[in-house]
Amino acid sequence: MSTVVETIKEQIESNSILLYMKGTPKFPQCGFSSQAAQALMACGERFAFVNILENPEIRAELPKYANWPTFPQLWVKGELIGGCDIIVEMAQTGELQTLVKGAADDAPEAE
Amino acid sequence: MTMHAQIEEKVRQGLQVQHLQIENESHLHRGPATDSHFKLVVVSDDFEGKRAVARHQQIYGLLAEEMQGPVHALVMHLYTGEEWQQRQGEVPASAACRGTPAR
Repeated sequence: MSTVVETIKEQIESNSILLYMKGTPKFPQCGFSSQAAQALMACGERFAFVNILENPEIRAELPKYANWPTFPQLWVKGELIGGCDIIVEMAQTGELQTLVKGAADDAPEAE
Repeated sequence: MTMHAQIEEKVRQGLQVQHLQIENESHLHRGPATDSHFKLVVVSDDFEGKRAVARHQQIYGLLAEEMQGPVHALVMHLYTGEEWQQRQGEVPASAACRGTPAR
């Protein structure tokens, strides 16, 4: 299974703002993923996402790698920020916007 | 023992708990499961100096067995005693699955 972990590491390293979620930001398949994606979109920066429903291996492996059993998961600059509750609370305090803007400014122009 | 009681017991064993609220929110979600979604409010000074992600990981660690089993999702609001006082006991509301508003 090492290849899946390598894929995960590569995704996390190469995307400064990355959301692992159920569904897509436009068509979320879970209320928690929906809330997380909305909070992130409201920050106004581009972000990457992985639909774990279409990537069963990542869905199976990421919880162990992250020490986080559920989805969504937000990763910023290689670090796990948290799931829906944390994302929404940070959005309410303004911390999320600061974090995301900082990550977007630091990032080399993606793709 | 109910899942509710089991969660409570494990959290109390693992942390110095000042305040604990557990709500079964499984009814907010689709599907037949009755022990699938819980909301947990924990106030403990064991969270002092820890970022949100570490606090959540600590609870997930205590409830690893439950998370492998019937429990699908835990909504968590985790505060230190001081943070809890500042919030004056106010807890954010929970979302339901598929974005349908909770009633």
